[in-house]
Amino acid sequence: MFRNLSLRYKIPLRTSLLIAITAIAVSGSLMYGIYHDLKYDAQQNAERVSRILTHSLKPLLLRDDVWRAYEAIASPLQSSGEKSGYVIDEILILDAQQQVYVSSHPKQHPALAAFARIYPRLSQLNSVISKHREGAPRAVEIVQSGKSYMVTPIVSDEVFLGTLVMGYSSSTFLPHFYDIAWRSVYTTLIVAAILLPLSWFWAWRMALPLTQLSSSMAKVGAGSSLPEPEEFRLYESSDEIGRMSGAFKRMLCDLKHKESLEKQVLISERLAAVGRLTAGIAHEINNPLGGMLNAINTAKRHGSMDPQMQKTISLLERGLLQIKNIIGALLVEAKLQSHPLTVQDIEDTRTLVLANAYDKSAELVWENDIVETLPLPSTMVRQVLINLLLNAIQASENYVHCHICYDCGSLIIGVKNDGKHIGQEQMDYLFEPFATGREEGYGLGLWMTYQIVSQLNGMITMQSQPGETQFSVTLPVEMHA
Amino acid sequence: MQHWIKLALLCWALCGPANLLAAEPAPLRIGLSAVLLEDQTAFVHAWQHYLQNRLKRPVSFVQRANYREIVTLLQNGKLDSAWLCSYPYITNTKDLRLLAVPVYKGEPVYQSYLIVPAADRKTSSIADLKGKLFAFSDPDSNSGYLVPLYQLSLLKQQPNSFFGKAFFTWSHSKVVEAVASELAHGGAVDGYIWDSLVLLRPELTAQTRIVWKSQDFGFPPFVVRKGLAKADADALRSALLAMQNEEEGRKLLALLNLDGFVPGNDKMFDSVAYMVRKLGD
Repeated sequence: MFRNLSLRYKIPLRTSLLIAITAIAVSGSLMYGIYHDLKYDAQQNAERVSRILTHSLKPLLLRDDVWRAYEAIASPLQSSGEKSGYVIDEILILDAQQQVYVSSHPKQHPALAAFARIYPRLSQLNSVISKHREGAPRAVEIVQSGKSYMVTPIVSDEVFLGTLVMGYSSSTFLPHFYDIAWRSVYTTLIVAAILLPLSWFWAWRMALPLTQLSSSMAKVGAGSSLPEPEEFRLYESSDEIGRMSGAFKRMLCDLKHKESLEKQVLISERLAAVGRLTAGIAHEINNPLGGMLNAINTAKRHGSMDPQMQKTISLLERGLLQIKNIIGALLVEAKLQSHPLTVQDIEDTRTLVLANAYDKSAELVWENDIVETLPLPSTMVRQVLINLLLNAIQASENYVHCHICYDCGSLIIGVKNDGKHIGQEQMDYLFEPFATGREEGYGLGLWMTYQIVSQLNGMITMQSQPGETQFSVTLPVEMHA
Repeated sequence: MQHWIKLALLCWALCGPANLLAAEPAPLRIGLSAVLLEDQTAFVHAWQHYLQNRLKRPVSFVQRANYREIVTLLQNGKLDSAWLCSYPYITNTKDLRLLAVPVYKGEPVYQSYLIVPAADRKTSSIADLKGKLFAFSDPDSNSGYLVPLYQLSLLKQQPNSFFGKAFFTWSHSKVVEAVASELAHGGAVDGYIWDSLVLLRPELTAQTRIVWKSQDFGFPPFVVRKGLAKADADALRSALLAMQNEEEGRKLLALLNLDGFVPGNDKMFDSVAYMVRKLGD
């Protein structure tokens, strides 16, 4: 369950757990220390009072002054307050026979009573009292009642006079202890209340780039197509996560590039196949077609035909000529001999299409950087240029921009217009025959262009976005030495 | 003749400073003891002030814990006067002279009370306290020692063997405290002190019960040492006797719970002397 939890919760939960453990451990050890200190203090206090009392009681016992002894033991009871954390409950002075000489509570423990009969059940205390006849005060803790007794022998000149028994509640410091404990708990809670949201925030910040990265990675696997790298808002820094994000971005770009390459290869392969098929069919049709047209020609020249027949023959001839046109268009003949491309050839093309641009009332922006004759078949280059320009003028709203230049051993033709943009679906079949976005025409213009460019070992690309569609043709120029 | 004049001048010269010192007469030293309650420092100061004004000489009150010390100081001339119990007075008449006797509830007499803790409902006389703890006030006190001793002697008993234990508290009010706390199962106390405590500390006296009251005895008197000049003694007596006639004096007497002073005579203490004689036999 916890294993599958998001890091966004896992890290804060772990931090909170750590804070809680630290708080409990620190306050626990603190409270343990305080508890023992208080207990020790209470014992030290009782011991101190015992020593002082024993000292002052010695002459009183020697003089057998019961009243002064009573006054002496009654005063610590009045002075030990609740605030000091310890309370002396009772003080008894026992004579050498362990009978009560005087007690702070004469009603409960009247004089002359045997001590063993006062607390018959406190055998430990009784045995300490009977054995402890010299030396320092000794504490006896009665666990069941939470009471302690400080037993001090009263000895004068090595003669045992009696015993001072001081009872104090070891539980009396508990309210004091609880007071301190509560304060420490409050403090811990306040600190935790500050630290927990902070730790949650930091942990969340720490987990955020990871979760972003992980969700981005999940997107790559999930969809049929790769998402754009710009779609991801990834954490950028030079720490580990930042570097990972960078690597992921680069990987995604590579993948994208590979994908588009594959797509292009696929398209060009398809186009090549379509081209081969088309050329094959066109050739096969072309031969009988030539024969049929010859036959019609012969018949028209030598035969005498009635008007009905003439009409039929002419109909046949028109149809066959139309087929011949289409076949001609499909069969792009690159091997056709033509002179090298001159600047004039390019400028002629401009003159040719200007009329169309005028009809469409579109502006033709012309940039021709070619200054010398290039060893390219002029007919075919002109064909390409005309096709692209006519298409552009047809699609344009206001202008057509044409840029022709020579760069790095290639002739580059760029034609763009501000017309309707071409969608992705259309783009995939753009260069196939009979693929047309328009109502009139067979859609063979781009097909021919593509075939020519392919035959000249060139490349044609198209970029379309709303407001601008651009066709670029790159043709390699083999300069002879 | 010239010789005598010279001697007289020398004497005058020598005595001159002494005469100057005598302008500030020596203070009259008065001893106080267990007759009074403790913690009456403010009252003692007020009384000292009052007597100084009346006697036109300094008066100093000297407080001591027991009668024996007071008597010793009187005998040594360290005290001029004292407020003493009738018992030490009667046993030291060769050194002391009666000055005045306080009047309590209209008469210069008081009683000794036998008290027990209030919880003790059985005890009806000192005979019931056999084997118990008993509190005396001062071994030289009439009401706090002599009277119970005499009572025991009537029972043919000695305190040490009759009581389980007997002890002195050296003050009447502490006898009441000892009995109230049940430290002692019985005690002998000055009736005047017990009555005064009823007014001052009723919660304390409520914890005790009077079992028996003695006959009347002469009230603890003011005495002077025999060596004191008669003029000084008379002046002090007059000042004491005059207290009840003055506003300020009456206020002080009211604080003492007394009506005034009378000159008194030794006959007042015959009953005490009788007990002393009986116990001496």
